Amino acid sequence: MRNNAAISKGIDWSLVWIYLALVLIGLSAIFAATYQEGDPVLQSFVAFKTDYSKQFYFWGIALVIGFFILLTDSKFFPTTANFWYAVGIILLLLVFPFHSRIKGTESIIRIGAFNFQPAEFCKIFVALALAKYFSRPETNFNRPGSQFTAALFVLIPGGLAILQRETGLALVYFSFFLMMYREGLPSIIPTIGFAFAILIIASIIIPPNILAILLSVIAILLIYFSRRQIRRRRQILTSILFIWAIAVGIQRFAVPFIFEKVLQKHQVERIYNLFGKDNPYDPQQQALSEEASRKKKESGSSYNVRQSKIAIGSGGFFGKGIFSATQTRYDFVPEQRTDFIFCTVGEGFGFLGSMLLLGLYLALLLKMINIAERQRSTYSRVYAYGVLSVFFFHIAVNIAMTIGLAPVIGIPLPFISYGGTSLLTFTVLLAILIRLDADRQMVLR
Amino acid sequence: MAVYNQSRSNTIRLIVIITFVIITLQLFYLQIVDRRYEQLAMDNAVYPKVIYPERGIIYDRKGKAILNNTIIFDLMVTPAETKGIDTLDFCRLMNMDTSEFRKRMVDAILKNTSVRPSVFKAMLTKELQARFEENSWRFPGFNLVERPLRTYPYHAAAHILGYIREADKRDIERSNNFYRQGDYIGKTGLEAYYESVLMGQRGVQYMIKDNKNRLVGTYEGGEYDTAAIAGRSLRTHIDIELQQLAEALMNNKVGGLVAIDPKTGGILSMVSGPNYDPNDLSGPDGSKNFSRMQLDVSGPMLNRAIAGRYEPGSTYKPLGALIALNEKVVNASYGYPCGGRYTLCGHGKPECTHAGGGHAANVRLAIANSCNAYFAHIYRLTVDNPRYKNVYDGYLHWKEYMNAFGLGVRLGVDLPNESTGGIPDTVVYNRENAGRWTSCTNLTLGIGQDKMQTTPLQMANAMCIIANKGYYYTPHFVKEIEGEDPDDESLLSRFQKKHDVLTNIPDVVFNEVIEGMSDVVKVGTARGAQIEGVEVCAKTGTAENYTILDRRRIKLPDNSMFVCFAPKENPKIAIAVFVQNAGFGATWAAPIARMMMEKYLLDTLTAKSKIDSARIASTNLMPSYFKRLQYKEDSIRAFKWFQVTKDSSYIDRFSFHESSPFPQSPFRKNPAEQELPNWVKILSGTCLPERGIEKLKTFSA
Repeated sequence: MRNNAAISKGIDWSLVWIYLALVLIGLSAIFAATYQEGDPVLQSFVAFKTDYSKQFYFWGIALVIGFFILLTDSKFFPTTANFWYAVGIILLLLVFPFHSRIKGTESIIRIGAFNFQPAEFCKIFVALALAKYFSRPETNFNRPGSQFTAALFVLIPGGLAILQRETGLALVYFSFFLMMYREGLPSIIPTIGFAFAILIIASIIIPPNILAILLSVIAILLIYFSRRQIRRRRQILTSILFIWAIAVGIQRFAVPFIFEKVLQKHQVERIYNLFGKDNPYDPQQQALSEEASRKKKESGSSYNVRQSKIAIGSGGFFGKGIFSATQTRYDFVPEQRTDFIFCTVGEGFGFLGSMLLLGLYLALLLKMINIAERQRSTYSRVYAYGVLSVFFFHIAVNIAMTIGLAPVIGIPLPFISYGGTSLLTFTVLLAILIRLDADRQMVLR
Repeated sequence: MAVYNQSRSNTIRLIVIITFVIITLQLFYLQIVDRRYEQLAMDNAVYPKVIYPERGIIYDRKGKAILNNTIIFDLMVTPAETKGIDTLDFCRLMNMDTSEFRKRMVDAILKNTSVRPSVFKAMLTKELQARFEENSWRFPGFNLVERPLRTYPYHAAAHILGYIREADKRDIERSNNFYRQGDYIGKTGLEAYYESVLMGQRGVQYMIKDNKNRLVGTYEGGEYDTAAIAGRSLRTHIDIELQQLAEALMNNKVGGLVAIDPKTGGILSMVSGPNYDPNDLSGPDGSKNFSRMQLDVSGPMLNRAIAGRYEPGSTYKPLGALIALNEKVVNASYGYPCGGRYTLCGHGKPECTHAGGGHAANVRLAIANSCNAYFAHIYRLTVDNPRYKNVYDGYLHWKEYMNAFGLGVRLGVDLPNESTGGIPDTVVYNRENAGRWTSCTNLTLGIGQDKMQTTPLQMANAMCIIANKGYYYTPHFVKEIEGEDPDDESLLSRFQKKHDVLTNIPDVVFNEVIEGMSDVVKVGTARGAQIEGVEVCAKTGTAENYTILDRRRIKLPDNSMFVCFAPKENPKIAIAVFVQNAGFGATWAAPIARMMMEKYLLDTLTAKSKIDSARIASTNLMPSYFKRLQYKEDSIRAFKWFQVTKDSSYIDRFSFHESSPFPQSPFRKNPAEQELPNWVKILSGTCLPERGIEKLKTFSA
């Protein structure tokens, strides 16, 4: 009894409840998406055959591991953080010679019946290691050197994930910049990032020449309105001209370079489809007639989004009920157990159900921020923000892509999507957070 | 240290909340504001599967099904499920080579993807179907699917029944989109005329389909489904055995034949030559035969019995006599001193086959001997009747009689595309003769020539009027509609209406003409139409005709015509037979009509008739110029084909190196392929309906 009391002492139960609720919603959503009438439910649970039973067992494993994490001494995490990070990177590197041949990805190692995706659970190690780095007394995040080192922690696994053709997972690593922002990343960096994003979107929507003229007009207007200041300080003129040159340069050269050389064709297509446009960098697409390109769109990547929107949209306010949800039950939405699981919720339970799920997620995220802010040790706080960043990115991007607000990036919805690795990863991330929070009175180094 | 950048935690909260608000707004828009998605989802997942009703059946007067429904099987394939089958074995079984197999597979995949079933081979023959069924377990992915098919157990009545085909764009438009792609619609004949009765009512079954368009179950447990209602059947006046005999006799002849029951107006038999077996258009080779027949210059698809326009020639004469007698321009004993030609118009025409001997000493004799001069003369007397102002007025009066006889007007038979025939108005003669003409101008109208044109149906109906002494019922096929409802009333009620068109002519006048027609058979031109124990009234006819071929006007053999009714007292059948380019009316048309009457009235053919029938049926009277015409048409078409496609495979068949002047047309059936001619089977009694197909049905009156 005393032991038990010690473990549960300080544990934030609200997180646990939210976690259990989400996993149960996820299980029923997977059940709804894959159950066919007449399937023997009990038997399939025993036989480990169907997706919902597999997910159920994964959950069991995740619970066991989570429980062990709760039993662990908090000091264990900062002490071994660097070791775990090293393990993670090594695993990521091992993928290159040992990855299995599974559709369109090179990020999976197969051991026996299980698939491991190191890029997925390496998130945990990065969060731990970053927290460790930030909590070192000698780290001063105001120094560019420290900023650079911190960025390296993120960019190395991110870069490796890109090399494994897992752009979606790689982007998740960039979400740690949200945490870094909280820890004092100069505002100028997110501002530049934001401006860069706007410029890219603008160059997708607006034809290049017109955009160049627009930018020039803005620059001239700026110079005109700030002519007095310029008279006093020549530097302002220089910087305006410099920014103008950079902007035009990005729009004219960097964007085409990224779309043509860096990103893969289907990714560019997804981005363009998001704005309802054809990919201009695809010579094949150019050659297609209007009719053919429309057809291609209907069957291509925007097919997913279109079907997903139909499924969610047809759910209405109350939803159709899980077994009458024609769109998700009859496989109209591809990948609906994994990345597009939100469709099942949207169609089966309607606006009401979606709101409930979103509410749970919002509660989870806000709770994480609160938890982070109440930590006494930097280590715990940074780690909490790291977890928050990862969760936020997954939730926002996944849901946004199913309703056509974000390009299709193959990342799972935490606790809901089918997939053992992702369920395990998120459970571990959360369990460590709960463990650290339970010991928030301690100062960890 | 922890409070270093604490204000930024609020920024992060803000970012999170704003993101969620945006997502909420989009969800609100998708799920509540924009209702389009509901319909899109329905379109995605619910498939209204049309259930086709069984079309109505058509029975003859004795309740025999002359048109029936049967099931034929299409071989379907789902390419994705055919993995691992023994292709070679399959090809051997289905009589095809592997390249053909591969081609059909690719076609199926292109058309319907590899996971959905598509037609591999439409309408299997009985033999292939049986062979496949025995071996089907070895070929997963292949299965048979039923499709309804019209069959004609008696191989007869093609022109009457018409045919059904898939509704085309125009049918769909005309029906205000009632018909849909894939529906069958009656295109001609009774199938077209009674389409609304025969077709029944389509049912709809709502099915759920998955992302590959496979049907996976019923939608909402079939709550919104509607059942198909089978089409209703027709009971007709047709005597199918009589019809078969008539078709056998008209084999290889151009022309038309109509037999009507004068008491009811019910059409017992109707043949148009050249004829075809209705099963040809319905079986596996339906489309092929259809295009072949459409390109045939002899026009086998044309129903000449209602749409062929022929000069009635001498068969008109009984009508001319009736008119003149009723107008009292002559009396029954009126005679004309015919010396072999009609001289009163100055040109000595028309000529007469007889000369002197009092062969036209009274009306009866004139009819019996078919004196041209006599009837030309009484025609003149009729239109020049002093009771009317002038010849124009007289002519119009005569034309009124003609229309009353049903000539020059549509009778309203229950078939589409009936022709009016042609009795010209005075306008026509005014135009051609600058308004100045006399009874001599159109003198030969009196002997059924000039611009007078009639259809076999009209002449048969005119015989009904004479037989009935003044009235007729609109000729029609359908006696009853199964489960008649008020809507059908409008379809059938007009056939029950008696048309008293010429009852103003006294019976004595009719009797005079009927006696004359009786004499035609007894002593006159149609002695070949005598039947033991039955008094037949008839009139033969022979008309010259010409055609223009290769820019030359050539004279063709005469059209052979015969009209009759029998028995004289209480007539039961009236017949008109027109055989194009055959010769004298008495030679061909008369014996055909005689055998029809024998069959109908005595229920059997006499020994003499049996021999005659075989002779007539086996005689080919197809005009020889058709060959030349077909050759021209085909070669022109082949040339056009070559111009468009640069494919010379057709035109090669017409090249000058060919030794035969008329090489085998690629558009016609190869005679070698033809099996035993139908008439042989009918006359030898072997063309009985296959067992099991015959369906006798009694109607509730």
